[in-house]
Amino acid sequence: MQPIISIKNLNKVYSSGFKALNNINLDINRGEIFALLGPNGAGKTTLIGSICGIVNPTDGEILADGHNISTDFRKAREKIGLVPQELTTEAFESVKATVTFSRGLFGKPADPAYIEKILRQLSLWDKRDSKMMALSGGMKRRVMIAKALSHEPQILFLDEPTAGVDVELRRDMWDMVRGLRDNGATIILTTHYIEEAEEMADRIGVINKGEIILVEEKSELMHKLGKRQLTLHLQCPVQSIPEELKHLPLELIDDGNELIYTFDAQSEHTGIAELLKQLSQHGIDFKDLNSTQNSLEDIFVNLVKEQS
Amino acid sequence: MNFYAIKAIYKFEMARTMRTLMQSIASPVLSTSLYFVVFGAAIGSRMGDIDGVSYGAFIIPGLVMLALLSESISNASFGIFFPKFSGTIYEVLSAPISYVEVVLGYVGAAASKSIVLGLLILITARFFVDYEIVHPFWMVGFLVLTAVTFSLFGFIIGIWADNFQKLQVIPLMVVTPLTFLGGSFYSISMLPPIWQKITLFNPVVYLISGFRWSFYGVADVDVGVSVGMTLVFMILCLTGIWWIFKTGYRLRQ
Repeated sequence: MQPIISIKNLNKVYSSGFKALNNINLDINRGEIFALLGPNGAGKTTLIGSICGIVNPTDGEILADGHNISTDFRKAREKIGLVPQELTTEAFESVKATVTFSRGLFGKPADPAYIEKILRQLSLWDKRDSKMMALSGGMKRRVMIAKALSHEPQILFLDEPTAGVDVELRRDMWDMVRGLRDNGATIILTTHYIEEAEEMADRIGVINKGEIILVEEKSELMHKLGKRQLTLHLQCPVQSIPEELKHLPLELIDDGNELIYTFDAQSEHTGIAELLKQLSQHGIDFKDLNSTQNSLEDIFVNLVKEQS
Repeated sequence: MNFYAIKAIYKFEMARTMRTLMQSIASPVLSTSLYFVVFGAAIGSRMGDIDGVSYGAFIIPGLVMLALLSESISNASFGIFFPKFSGTIYEVLSAPISYVEVVLGYVGAAASKSIVLGLLILITARFFVDYEIVHPFWMVGFLVLTAVTFSLFGFIIGIWADNFQKLQVIPLMVVTPLTFLGGSFYSISMLPPIWQKITLFNPVVYLISGFRWSFYGVADVDVGVSVGMTLVFMILCLTGIWWIFKTGYRLRQ
């Protein structure tokens, strides 16, 4: 299937000489939730800005649903909705007026019924006549989403959608984004909350220093890069790891009360049985054990660290 | 052509005017009326006619032009500066809308407001001074042409300005002095010969002269030259705007 967004050899060099994007090649599949992760200044917002028309790329090609964003910008942009990172709103406008304005701006005729539907979906209908400046941060964020959805886009960019949003609202937004995806929209989100990507994304892309360093199915990524750890809660604390076991990936923590064994979950021989046997031979007993898999956050931190 | 977008911007800008009627309409009408009271009704009655026109009536075209220029620039510059300042410009930049449509929306609204204001000032002037309009078609033509041209100029200032001081500096430090020295309150034939020559470098002279001609049939410079100079300034502004959108100057990174 043709990707809904196709980026080829995209570069962006600012007038200061700073290279924000370095030969980006990326396809976004139709109907997926794609999470773009990266540390501050990695190029996430520049990449989104380039696709949406806010940033002039230095060179490269971007297609949105088959339309070139430079030469066929009308067709390309009408497919795209953007929720920017900053809460930028017209302070003196009412909620309904600002959402209606957005729909007109994107070339759609007025449709009060559709605007009402969006506002109700986002629990904004009761606030429709409120001035933007009277809304809380969370409510403003919802209005930004309503504005982005007002012209019925197929592609929705969410740049740090839950920054500064309380836990409850964050959960609501996750549900809403999943609902949008279920209705056929393609969602591209950037986030600092790895938990958010882990919770929602179908695929993950990692960008660092303007380069895409990884694009992978989330499940595949966690499967491939996720290490497992076995934690043994010892009966009695030990001072050090016995000499014969020092070649194993073991680590003593909590003043010698816990022993952590890191192993490759994909390997046929995890070495757990051998470890337990050797511990027993050295008189190291344990009262409990549990195993955990690396979180996406660990994977992300490791990837970025490796590149640095 | 994205007519819905033009309409959306136009309506949005006009709605802002309606929210700030006192500042947008009432205030300039009141301050211009004070000129009519002071220079027209009070001092004007003690001054002689100029080119066969009473002084009170003589200054009306210049005062309307003064308000028209400053309000056109102010409306258009603020209209585009504020979205830049608040960050909401992202929406215009990411919308399927060409720069021609952006300009039609913002400049169209700014010019509309100025034209309404100019007409309101003319109506108000009637309460204080008697005047006639010999060429009403040309009067409206000059009004529209000047409002559009200086709204285009204001749009450029709004793009250029990156703070509120810059937004005000050209209207206050350049346009207002040029208007006062452009024959709003006198005929340039009253100046010493050397100043008559120098004042021809002031573009506002041509606007006021042409506009006054449409009222009383008398002008400091030929009316064709007035129209020509206004058109030249309009073309310069359009060229500037074309360049801004082509390069993304202070709009797109």
